[in-house]
Amino acid sequence: MKYLANVTTLQYSPDKCAGCGRCVEVCPQGVFELRDKRAELADRDRCMECGACALNCEFGAITVNAGVGCAAAIINGMVTGGPPSCDCGNASAACCG
Amino acid sequence: MHIQTLKFVKKELPPYVTGSLATPAGAVHRVASDWSRADYWGMIKSRVSAFRMNYSVTPGLYAIGGPTQESDVLVTANYKLTFDILRRELKGLNAWILVLDTKSINVWCAAGKGTFGTDELINRIAETKLESVVAHRNLILPQLGAVGVNAGIVREKTSFRVSFGPVEARDIPAYISAGYKKTTEMSTIRFPMLDRLILTPCEINPAMKTFPWIAGGILLIFGLQPQGLLFKQAWSNGLPFLALALMAVLAGALVTPVLLPFVPFRSFALKGWIMGMVSVFLMLLYFGAPITHDPLLHGVAYLLFPALSSYLALQFTGATTFTGMSGVKKELKFGIPLYLGAAGISSVLMIVFKLKEWRLI
Repeated sequence: MKYLANVTTLQYSPDKCAGCGRCVEVCPQGVFELRDKRAELADRDRCMECGACALNCEFGAITVNAGVGCAAAIINGMVTGGPPSCDCGNASAACCG
Repeated sequence: MHIQTLKFVKKELPPYVTGSLATPAGAVHRVASDWSRADYWGMIKSRVSAFRMNYSVTPGLYAIGGPTQESDVLVTANYKLTFDILRRELKGLNAWILVLDTKSINVWCAAGKGTFGTDELINRIAETKLESVVAHRNLILPQLGAVGVNAGIVREKTSFRVSFGPVEARDIPAYISAGYKKTTEMSTIRFPMLDRLILTPCEINPAMKTFPWIAGGILLIFGLQPQGLLFKQAWSNGLPFLALALMAVLAGALVTPVLLPFVPFRSFALKGWIMGMVSVFLMLLYFGAPITHDPLLHGVAYLLFPALSSYLALQFTGATTFTGMSGVKKELKFGIPLYLGAAGISSVLMIVFKLKEWRLI
């Protein structure tokens, strides 16, 4: 299953890559692949912007505007004017935390 | 007095604790791999209700089997269902389980919020004196915890080296026996039909909570007559609309999630809209006579209910494993004006319908 194409904010600078493979280890969508001791983007559109790769890349080769891909959270953020948030307050069952 | 003391002791030790293990850092609870009836019941309740909000395990270090100072340390969340699945999958292994305080939230969601995070891991390592319990300096974290844990900083602050293991706990034994190597399958998250079905109560329940209000509103609109509120009118004309609303909820919150890959288009809003259109079409085909005889009601049926299905399907993005924020934002940018438009036009059509019914125009 794939989501919308050409929307991810994932940016990768191969020149900074040291080939440690951490991005391949953390990405749950198989966005990265290690080829010839360098990470490569295997399928950028599979990125779900979780931010695990950018957080764990010690060489600053990856940036992504990480956040939750959840309509309720984003609407929440629009209403409160803050960032998208999963915290539904006391809505209890309304949220799948 | 005696009974009170007993109660207190029982409360202190949960049923899955089967004993304790002496370590240089003090006694560590040993936990069972097998689930009790209470564990199964807890799983069911947490899947369908807000029971999950407070379903937790006390953070800290636990032992499974008979671990030594050379045994692996697996880090997890203190959502009890997460902890239960981990101990079940570790059956037959000797290992340490380090439970972080994630406020009874699963690993992935907690990592997103930052509670399954770098600071919490560093603090929990210090608090449990992990460095005196194990001789090695390796930690195995669930892969999805990488959203919240910066392995480089953990290494720097604690000297423990973080390995992100498989996504699913069931792959841990294979991962360990392969020399801590993951296959592509182990590190890729999938979202099979059963998983999608399991998550639908999270969408259906909140929708159903508002359903009595919607139902009341529909019956009120149809029952309202110049001579007062007529039950017969409300029932005969309102019932087909109620059925449509119910079908729209199920189309968006149940059918679309379950059939997700088989419904055309990548956009969840479009998927839901299509399923909504299909359900309205089928309903009107068989039970639609009271609605289809009036073009205004016919219009409202096709305008309003597929939009409701679409909105509910879009909500399911919160439960999926593959939708990103930028994509959902894009869908909302187009979707919200359309939903509001559909609701607005439907309201106007309903008002016109009522005015005609009352012979005012």
